[in-house]
Amino acid sequence: MIRVQHEDFDQNTEYRALLQKGESGAAVTFVGLVREFQDEEKMLLQHYPGMTEKVLEKIVETAHKRWDLQQVNLIHRIGSLRSGDQIVFVGVSSKHRAEAFSACQYIMDILKTQAPFWKKEGNTWVDAKSSDEDAATQWLEK
Amino acid sequence: MSESKAITVLYFASLGEALGLTKETLTLPCTPCTINQLKEFLSGRGEQWKIRLEHSNTLCAVNQELCQNPDHAVEPDDEIAFFPPVTGG
Repeated sequence: MIRVQHEDFDQNTEYRALLQKGESGAAVTFVGLVREFQDEEKMLLQHYPGMTEKVLEKIVETAHKRWDLQQVNLIHRIGSLRSGDQIVFVGVSSKHRAEAFSACQYIMDILKTQAPFWKKEGNTWVDAKSSDEDAATQWLEK
Repeated sequence: MSESKAITVLYFASLGEALGLTKETLTLPCTPCTINQLKEFLSGRGEQWKIRLEHSNTLCAVNQELCQNPDHAVEPDDEIAFFPPVTGG
């Protein structure tokens, strides 16, 4: 399940949704939050409708091929956000923990460098970090 | 010539803001026309266009897929997008 939405999400609901198929021995969830920036200013999250969904689908598909996973749920928010708000949810369930841990980190690392989202804090567009690029490259080299 | 040679070009985030444009429809400036030729054509609009489009960080997508080949031929009805490195998550 992949969702790109303005609305917030409830981690508990999403966690339970991960386990619907049963038989899971592990569930790893990750939530990304808006960091503190200039107070009272809003963050804007822009994206490329259409391409975003395609890229996210491809990332999840690749994770499924690479690891033995049961379910992957991915939510990314867009629009206006504030410090402390939830931005992204990645949930992975599998029979054993190693697969779920690896896949969850893989999905986030690749999303950071490939999914067409852009953050604007107040009036400033956020610059891409080379550390994110390095994190994604690690997976491609393996 | 009744054949349409229209393409859609999108500009996202800081790029769209600097150019003051997020979407336009235009006629292919040449046939065939590569990504590089399209960039050259658009760069002719002014200094800001040239700086932004020729910046080494600027990414390009063709029909919603990242395209890293500057010699890729643009086809009529294609959707081309230019944008800075992504910063989601």
